[in-house]
Amino acid sequence: MSALELFSPAGLAPFCAFLAAAVLALVPSWRVGAWINVAASCLCFLAACWLPWLVGTGGPLLLVDRLAAHLALLTAFVAMTTSWFSLSYVNAEIAAQRIDRRRLRLYHAMYQLFVGGMLLALLSNNLGLTWVAIETATIAAALLVGLGRTSAAMEASWKLFIICGVGIVLALFGTALLYLAALPAVGPGLPAMNWSTIIPAAGRCNGPLLNLGFVFLLIGYATTAGLVPLHAWMADTYAEGPTPASAVLAGSMLNVALLVILRLRGIMAANATAIDPGPPIMALGLLSLLLAAFSLWRQRDVKRFFAFSTIGQSGVVAFAFGLGGPAAIFAGVLHMTLHTLIHASVFQCVGRAARLKGGQTFADIGGLIAAHRMFGLTLAAGIVALAALPPFGLFASEFLIVADTLRRAPLASIPLGIGLVAGAWALIMRLQSLCLGTPTPDRRSPPNTLAPDALALAPVWLQLAIVLLLGLAMPGPVVAWFTAIAGAAR
Amino acid sequence: MHASPTFGVLAHDVAHLLGGAMLVLSFVLLYQRRLTAMIHVYALQSLVLAAAAAWQGWAQGATPLYLVALIALAAKGIAIPIALRRILDRANIRREIETALGIFPSIILGLALVALAILVVPPGALRESLAFALSVVLLGMLTMIARRNALAQVIGFLSLENGLILAAVGIEGMPLVAELSIAVLVLLACVVCGVCFFRIRERFDSLDVSHLDRAGEAHR
Repeated sequence: MSALELFSPAGLAPFCAFLAAAVLALVPSWRVGAWINVAASCLCFLAACWLPWLVGTGGPLLLVDRLAAHLALLTAFVAMTTSWFSLSYVNAEIAAQRIDRRRLRLYHAMYQLFVGGMLLALLSNNLGLTWVAIETATIAAALLVGLGRTSAAMEASWKLFIICGVGIVLALFGTALLYLAALPAVGPGLPAMNWSTIIPAAGRCNGPLLNLGFVFLLIGYATTAGLVPLHAWMADTYAEGPTPASAVLAGSMLNVALLVILRLRGIMAANATAIDPGPPIMALGLLSLLLAAFSLWRQRDVKRFFAFSTIGQSGVVAFAFGLGGPAAIFAGVLHMTLHTLIHASVFQCVGRAARLKGGQTFADIGGLIAAHRMFGLTLAAGIVALAALPPFGLFASEFLIVADTLRRAPLASIPLGIGLVAGAWALIMRLQSLCLGTPTPDRRSPPNTLAPDALALAPVWLQLAIVLLLGLAMPGPVVAWFTAIAGAAR
Repeated sequence: MHASPTFGVLAHDVAHLLGGAMLVLSFVLLYQRRLTAMIHVYALQSLVLAAAAAWQGWAQGATPLYLVALIALAAKGIAIPIALRRILDRANIRREIETALGIFPSIILGLALVALAILVVPPGALRESLAFALSVVLLGMLTMIARRNALAQVIGFLSLENGLILAAVGIEGMPLVAELSIAVLVLLACVVCGVCFFRIRERFDSLDVSHLDRAGEAHR
């Protein structure tokens, strides 16, 4: 096997991130570290921009297909904008003496390690390599979340670690079973663990073993995807971890796991002796959507609230993937892209709002538009986009999913509709308390944090502008790109 | 279990014997109420795993499996149990642990899980070894669920992972098995470090280190 593949053009993006992690672990100054973090994230994004032209390349370890290239690009983009947010976050935390300077070195190194792990998992061809990459990212995420060293943060970190740890161990068991199932079709050795060889030979795999492997891989990676009933780690992690960590976690962790589930679905669907993978995935998705939609009503903590909205959106994507077919997968990938961008924006805004108000409950944050017009409007736009109201893009993707459901599985559209409406309703209710009404007082204690200016909000605007554009008028090449992804995924 | 074509072949018989021993130790882990005893049983299970991996390495003629056996012997059989014992000695925690599930119900549930494992594994050359491994995995999960104590849950997790490695070594010609074994070991080391961190702070009667950052209470 060639570890050298990481140096090929396809491996450039994860390589950048891993290199940055190593450098950051050695740089003692947190100021320099924060800037290196931004520079490395930009470089990583540039490297990821190359990926769409590399589609079809790869070797035994790396595979660049359209979907992987698309998601890697998305992950690198969100990591880049979040690193910009992280810069001001770190400055404010240091100024407020809420964080130990030495710990920031760990923070920056883990940030890059997490992003690198996620990119590698997306681009990996080999299930074993995917597993190792997800494991790396999980460990990095647990360390990131525990950064605050408060008891709540430690507990959240431990919860993430143990629940996701059990999940990924089960996924590894599933990987071994999948290898065993692919053995008669592909023959022994590395190819029987590679997507690029298993997918074309899916029809000749051992069906019963494939079923067993599917169950373990689904349970394992559904934990990482935060699907109900394996979502227990999500809310604590998002609420207690540093806000930049919440933003990148919301963006990438779920997408990686959903990518694996989608590919697995393709293999199962192509095998006549295996069970139909659609219903279990759809059931998990619907359950997540419904539970999240109703949990939204009970949350007092803003970050916890948006953690549940992430679970709900992950559920919608899983449902679309479970439904299958070009239209639903088109909508699912679009939905995944858009909600990643919106959640990153919203978490970045919420982090700034929590800093401004000195608290992260709904009681602390209110009336943002009256006090800080530009900032409040930006957050309001983010929440409207998340509620899938037009003119934002999520409306289009949800419309496509609902339409396809009505056509092909009419009964499932009832819980789907209830979940979508209840979730959107909760979001709009909270929008009113967060952004409208009388403003709550800003924090008085030093340092006097100012409302974010245009420079600070620029990445959020960029993200929301993309979401708006994809909602109003999707450019032709983008449609072709998404159609090709959906066509290839089957 | 039906008589498989591999029955009577020495390589498979010894592998099944070792797998069966691991399964029995999983049951012992399930009803054990004392933390020290749980650690010892885990160490013993890891040693059996090391023997199983070494045996498979010899039977399959696969050198990487000796590395897996070495990891199981040195890290899981010796280092991790010693680390857990030291955590236990240093932290002043009660040795008797609360169980969320009584002994009888957990044994019955464990038997049901073994039956389930035998039922779901499709017939084939590897049926027995897969069923053993799957049972160990499921019993590890049950141990995690049946205990309230964090350390006991961690031991359940460690034992679950032993089942995983047992499955991996039983599959002939499985690629990357040594690499994956090392990667899993990293995960286990992190778990043990995490426990260590928790225990040390529990000794100060509080999980909270608010003396480090009192200002950070309300805000993150």
